[in-house]
This record gives sequence, structure tokens and C-alpha cells, in this order.
Amino acid sequence: MASKAVITGVADTAVGKVDGSTSLGLQAEAAAAAVADAGLSLGDIDGVLCGYSFTEPHLMLSSVVSEFLGIKPSYSIAVQAGGATACAQVMQAAALIEAGICRHVLAVCGDNRLTGMSRDKAVAALSEVGHAQFERPYGISVPSAYALVAQRYMHDYGVTLEHLAGVAVAHRKHAMRNPKAQMRQPITLEDVAKSKPISTPLRLLDCCLISDGGAAVVISAADAARDTRKRGIGVLGTGQMNTHEHIIASPSLTDFGCKQSSRQAFDRAGVTPADIDVAEIYDSFTITLLAELESIGFFARGEAGPAILGGALDLDGQLPCNTHGGLLSYAHSGAAGGMFHVVEAVRQLRGEAEGRQVASPELAFVHGDGGILSAHCSLVLGRN
Amino acid sequence: MSKPLPQPNVVTQRFWSSCKDGRFEFQHCKACGHNQFPPRLTCTACHGADLDWLPSSGRGTVYSFTVVHRAPLESFKADVPYVIAIVALEEGVRAMVNLRGVDPKAVAIGMPIEVFFEPTEGEYPLPQARPR
Repeated sequence: MASKAVITGVADTAVGKVDGSTSLGLQAEAAAAAVADAGLSLGDIDGVLCGYSFTEPHLMLSSVVSEFLGIKPSYSIAVQAGGATACAQVMQAAALIEAGICRHVLAVCGDNRLTGMSRDKAVAALSEVGHAQFERPYGISVPSAYALVAQRYMHDYGVTLEHLAGVAVAHRKHAMRNPKAQMRQPITLEDVAKSKPISTPLRLLDCCLISDGGAAVVISAADAARDTRKRGIGVLGTGQMNTHEHIIASPSLTDFGCKQSSRQAFDRAGVTPADIDVAEIYDSFTITLLAELESIGFFARGEAGPAILGGALDLDGQLPCNTHGGLLSYAHSGAAGGMFHVVEAVRQLRGEAEGRQVASPELAFVHGDGGILSAHCSLVLGRN
Repeated sequence: MSKPLPQPNVVTQRFWSSCKDGRFEFQHCKACGHNQFPPRLTCTACHGADLDWLPSSGRGTVYSFTVVHRAPLESFKADVPYVIAIVALEEGVRAMVNLRGVDPKAVAIGMPIEVFFEPTEGEYPLPQARPR
């Protein structure tokens, strides 16, 4: 099916510790680079969707970003859905284009979370997503909430600590092929096992990074994309599901909305999980990815762990996944963390992934989750 | 900096007042029979507004747990390692607690617990749980 919305430009900034960076600066740099990648100019952008920032928060961030860029979009809005933000921005952009409201939409994110705030401050700020009355008085943090999922998931499906460690090692292996990645020194299963406990069963190397970085994509109407520089990548299917916000209100600790959001995206694209050539799936913690891979249906329950230890996520594996290194080893800078997954999927489909290129992929799947596996957004992208 | 304390509002005042009296209360929908916690204005199952407050037996089991080694706030640093658990109460509602009176290494899913009330620096005690 030919899609009406196509991704025409992608970019990300340097990631990791980017001295002197600011949230607005990272967003502007990524935006300009994505627009240039599309062969457009900033004046061609008529829609702006931005994420959120911890270091430069604002009530109307999208207006702030447009003002900083010097553009006057006819449609502008900020999207806040935690780790689902980037995919939700792309879904929203595609809907705006399909409705005929915009021609070229810029979706941009960026935050200097590493150099702009202390590690303690970043962890404390994230803990505020816990329920004010019924979670935060108990000392909850985001890692602890995911740890509650991990403990139950391991209990119900026989997942082991080694399976979780295998996810971390697989991501590091990908990052080692990516010169831009924040973490490139090799790690072993034993390194993960010996890394310091954060909130059992999760250890330091089960947790994502804290990074500076920005990323942006341009989504264009197919007929407006004929003049762009590179072949457009079709947004073939999108889906969302939102089941709760707080972990105490989650209907389940093992079954999540990614099942419905991905099914919606696959159905709209007219494909199945088995058709996907490369996947970029939110990996805030090792358990996040493992639970999502099994909930979405890429692996049967309890089978992702052993498969990953056998190389299933590698470039030549059953499902090459998070080929840039993911949030675990590439970088994680707030909403931009999810946008790195989108950018990587497009690079893979264009054949621009250099030393980490999957052999001629036709279809990519991208997924973001926000909160504690609360908000889910899925995309199916393809060479048009 | 002190720990985050319960801040009752119009929806939760009844719950926290009951904690002072040593009762853990949940909401029961008179229309469809659904039990729920945390408190809401309406039933999350049928969206009806006729909700009763019922006391829990305070008995339940550990549904999941984690031993926290890295505290998110300065005020919890002296407590590590501490146990956060989601407990499933007999009436079918789940709540977050800290598990007290148990070696963190001995905690397991399915462990029988009972709710008790722990004083805080504020006006209201916090429901917690211990093995029974």
C-alpha cells in the first residue's frame, strides 16, 4: 500500500556528554540537519511537533522551538507521552498529512540531561512520575517500578537474570559497531551480573543511559516529497494503546498495551510481525525490551531470553533489533531517546547504516513506551 | 528534605482518615460490584458514581516486589536496602507498600502478608505490610 505520509529527512546530533549543549540548541541542530537531509529549507516546514525538556521546560515548548528556529508554522503542538513521545509525534504527523492539514512536518526532540542536571537530580525528577499519594511515599523510582514488572515477569515465564543480561550484552554489541554510541567498550554477561544492584532484579547494566542529544525527522506528504533529496520512507501503519499511568493501576504486570498498539500498526500496514526485517524497540531497561518482544509477538512467552542469548537480535539474527545500540548503549536523552529509534529505522531502510547495516531491509518496526509500560505507540515503516 | 507524605484531597480524604483509625478501605461500586484502589471519583469498570467504602481484611499476598539499593531521593538513602511490594489484598485490590519485619532476601512472590499502619512525620500514618 502506498502511504500518504513519508519520512523525508532524519538527523541526530552528537550524543553522550556534549559539553556546552542546551536543550534548545540540540533541538535546533537536529531540526536543521533533518531538514537539510530532506533537501528542504526550514521555510518549507508548516507543522512543528516537539517533545518536552527537563533542563529547559516550558508551558509551550513547541512555540519556543519555532521561535528559536525562526519559523512560523501553521500547526504547532508539544507532545508529552514519555518514551512513547517520538513515535506519537510521527503518528500525529502522519495523521496531519493524511488529513491534508500539513505538507512538511518537523518532529523534533532534544535534551542535555547529562550535562544540564546532576545524575541525582535526573533520578529524582523521574521519580516524580510515581503516584503522589500511593507510590511516592514508599520510595518508588522508575527503575523500581520496572523492577516490579521484572520480578513478576521472571516468576510467571521463567525468565532468568542471565536472559536480562543477554539483552544488555546484545545492545552493547550493536553499539560497538556504531562510532557515535555513548558506550562502546565490550561487556559480558558476567559484567552485567556484577554491576551494582539498583532495584532487584535490575542491576546498573540493565538500565538505560543518561545522555545529552537531539534528534529530528521530517514527515512529508507523498506528493510533496517528490522534490526531496532522498527516497522517502513510508509510514505504512501506526497504532497506540494507553492502559494506565502508574504501576499500581496497571491491569497486569506481564501483559501490556504494546500488544494492541502493534497489532493496530501491523493491521493498518497489512503486514505481520514475521514480515519485519529490522526492529527498533524501546529499551529503557532490559526487561522493557524482553516483555515488549514477547507481548508484541516476535517471540513466544519465555522464549525471547534464550533466543537473545543465541544471537536473535544480532544483524544476521531472527530479528535484528536496536541496531544503533538502543537506550542501553547508544544514548537516552528524554524524548529524543525514542526518536533515535525512529532515525535508526529510517537509516536502515535507506541502507545508510554503514558498519551496522542489516542486509536490504524492506520493512521496519519502531515502538516506544512511556511511563511504566503505560503509553504505547507503534510504527511500521517501509521503503515506498 | 523529608519523605513525600500523603496529601489527602477530596477524593482520598476518607481513605487517609480511615488509616488513622487503623482501617485500609477500598471503594466498592454499588452498581456493578467492582472493587477498586486507589480511590477515584467514579467506578473504573462501569463509570458509575455510586461508590461505597469497605474495609479490607488487611490480609493478602505479595504480587511482586523489589529490593531498592539506589534510593531516588535523599530522604530514602538511610533506608536502603528497603523492600517495595505490590500486594494483592483478599478483596481483589492491589496496593503498593514497603514490606517490614522481613529479611529482604527472604521475600518471595505469594508470601502471605498483613497490612499495618506506620506513623509518618505528617498527620496520617502510611499503610505498610509485614509477613503473617
